[in-house]
Amino acid sequence: MGTELSKAVVDGVLTGGVYALMAAGLTLIFGVMEIINIAQGIFVVLAAYLSYVLQVHLGIDPFIGLVFTMPLMFGVGVLIEWGFVRRLKAQNRSALSILVTFAVAIVIEGILTQFFSADLRIIKAWYVDKSVHVFGFYLPYIYLLGFALAVVLLAALYVFLYRSRSGKSIRASVQNRTGAELIGININRVSAITFGIGAAVTAAGGMVFGATNSFNPNSGYDLISRLLVIVVLGGLGSIGGALVAAVAALVIEDVTAVLWSPIWASTMFFAVLVLVLLVRPNGLFGQAAVRAQ
Amino acid sequence: MASSASLAVPADPLSGRGLSMVRRVLLGALVLFAIVFPFVFTNPATTSIAMFTLLYVGASSAWNTFSGFTGYMALGNAVFYGSGAYAFANLASHLHLNGGMGIFALVPVAGLIAGLVALPVGWLALRTRRHTFVVITIAIFFIFQLLAYNLHALTNGSSGMSLPIPPWDAQTYNTYFYLAALVVAVVAVAVAWVVRRSSFGLELLAIRDDEDRALGLGVRTTKVKLATFVLTGFLTGMCGAIYAYYLGSIYPPFAFEAIFDVTIALMAFFGGLGTISGPVIGALILEPVQQYITLRFTAGGFSLIAFGVLFLIVIRFMPEGIVPSLAGVLRRRLRARAEGGASPQSSDSPPPGTTVSAAGVAGGVRS
Repeated sequence: MGTELSKAVVDGVLTGGVYALMAAGLTLIFGVMEIINIAQGIFVVLAAYLSYVLQVHLGIDPFIGLVFTMPLMFGVGVLIEWGFVRRLKAQNRSALSILVTFAVAIVIEGILTQFFSADLRIIKAWYVDKSVHVFGFYLPYIYLLGFALAVVLLAALYVFLYRSRSGKSIRASVQNRTGAELIGININRVSAITFGIGAAVTAAGGMVFGATNSFNPNSGYDLISRLLVIVVLGGLGSIGGALVAAVAALVIEDVTAVLWSPIWASTMFFAVLVLVLLVRPNGLFGQAAVRAQ
Repeated sequence: MASSASLAVPADPLSGRGLSMVRRVLLGALVLFAIVFPFVFTNPATTSIAMFTLLYVGASSAWNTFSGFTGYMALGNAVFYGSGAYAFANLASHLHLNGGMGIFALVPVAGLIAGLVALPVGWLALRTRRHTFVVITIAIFFIFQLLAYNLHALTNGSSGMSLPIPPWDAQTYNTYFYLAALVVAVVAVAVAWVVRRSSFGLELLAIRDDEDRALGLGVRTTKVKLATFVLTGFLTGMCGAIYAYYLGSIYPPFAFEAIFDVTIALMAFFGGLGTISGPVIGALILEPVQQYITLRFTAGGFSLIAFGVLFLIVIRFMPEGIVPSLAGVLRRRLRARAEGGASPQSSDSPPPGTTVSAAGVAGGVRS
C-alpha cells in the first residue's frame, strides 16, 4: 500500500507537469484576452496527430518533430485569432468567444475524423515502453522526458514573458488592456502572438499526451474539461497557478485510484475544484477583485 | 396620409407593453398552426424534426430566462436535461408503468426533480461570477456525466435504461410526443414572458447591468439568481424527460451531451439574447438545420464540420441576434421616415419599407 501510494504521488507529479504544459496556453490566452479558448482541448489532439503523422509517415522522432509542429501550431493559433476571435464585437465578447472557439473545435474535430477516423492512435517510440529504475520506482522514460520538457518550456515561457520586449507587451496587456493600448502597444498583434504561443506550447503538451495516452478526435472534450478545471483551480491567468493546480489535481486523482477506486478517480478530479471553490471562489492563485462588467 | 397610417402598425411592437389586438391574433394563429402542424404534415421524419425543434424551443427559452436575463453564461444546462431524463426513466421503471398517454403526467415530476438538482448546483456555481461561473458550470456538467456512468443504482451505467414503449402505431407515434413538447415549449416561453414582465424580471436585468449596484439598491441578488436558476432547471428537466421517453432508452452520453449546452446558448444568441422571442426564433431556425445536417451527413466528420461552420457563420453575421438586428433596422427606417416626412420626397415611400415592417410585426408578435 505504502509503495503503491508513493508511486501514485510520483505518477501524479509527472503527469501533472504534462497537464500544466497543456493548460499553460489556455491560461495565458485568458490572462491576455479574457477569452476562454474551448478549442484548447482539440489543439492538444491536433498536435498529437501532427506528431503522429510526422513519425509514422516521415519517421521523425516526436521530440525532434516539435521543431516542425510548434511553429505549425503557432500558425494555427494566429490564424484562429485573426480569423474568428478578433472579429467579435466588444459586446458579449467573452461569451461569444466561448461559442466561436467551440465551433472551431467542432470543425477541427470533424476534419480530424475525416482524415483519421475515430480509431484510437498512440505515438510509439523507444522511450514510450521502456522504464528506468529510480528510488525503487519503475518510471517510463516518456513521463520523465515529458516532465522535463514541461519544466523547460514553462521556464522558457516565463523568461519570454518577463525578460523580452514582446513579453512585456503581453504582461502590460494582461494588467490593463486600455492602458497598454494608450502607450502604443498594438493589442491586435499582442493578441495574435499570445494565441500563437498558447497553441505552440500546446504542441509540446499534445505530443507528450499522444505518447502517454491513446487518442482519437473525440478526446478533446475530456481534455478541455480537465484543462478548464486546472486553470480555474490555479486562478485564471496564472501560469504558476496552473502548474501547482495540475500537479495537485493529478496527484489527488491518482491517489484516489489507489485508496478508493479507479472508477471514482476522475470524478474526484472535478470534485476537487468544487471543494476548493467553496473556500476560495477565485481559485488558488486568482486575483480577488472582480472586474466590473 | 399613407405614411402616417403605416407608421402606426410597426410602432406598436417596438414599444412592447402588453399585447395589442394584432399581436394577440397573430400569436393565436401561431399557436393554432403549431397545434394543427402534425395533423397536416404527417410524415414521421417531419414530425420528428418538429418535435426536437419544440424541445429546443423550450430548453433554449429556459436557458435564456436565466442566462439571457442575468448575464450569467451557464454552459451546463445538460445537467438538468439529463437529470430530467433519468428521473423520468427511474420513475417509470420503479412505478412499473406501461407506455401510453398517462405517463406524460410524470414529465412535470421529472422537471421538479431536475429543479431539485439545480438547487445545490446553483448554490455552488453562483458563488462565482463571470468566467469562473462559466467554467464551474462546465465542470459540474462533466461531474454529472461521470456520475451517470458510475452511479449504477440510478442510471444502470453505460448499459443505459430502457423506458416503457407506447402502444401507438408508427403513423401517429410522433404526434403525441410533438404535442407534449409543444405544451412544455409554450410553458417555457410563457414563464419567460411572465418573468420578464414582473418586478422579479427587472431585478434579474438589474443584476445583468450591474450586480453590485443592484445589491446596493436592495435586490437580494443571491436569492433571485438561485430561484431563476432552479426555474430553468425545472423547465429544462421537463424537456429532457420527453426526450428520454421519445428515444425509448437513455445512455449517459445522450442524456449529458456537451453539444446540447452550447447549442441552446447559440440558439438564444442567434435569435436575440435576453429577448423572449429570440430563443424561439433561434431554435425554430437552427434545430431543423441541425437535424437536416445530421440526416444528410451521417458518416464521418462532415456533419461535425457542417455544424461548426454553421455555428461560425451564425456568430459572424448575427452577433446581436435576429430580433435586435431587425428591431434596429426597423427603428432606423422609422426614424428615416419620420425625418423624411417633412420633406416632399417622402410621399412615394418604397414598398421595401412595408415588407420590413411586416417582418418586424411577425418578430414582435412572438415576444
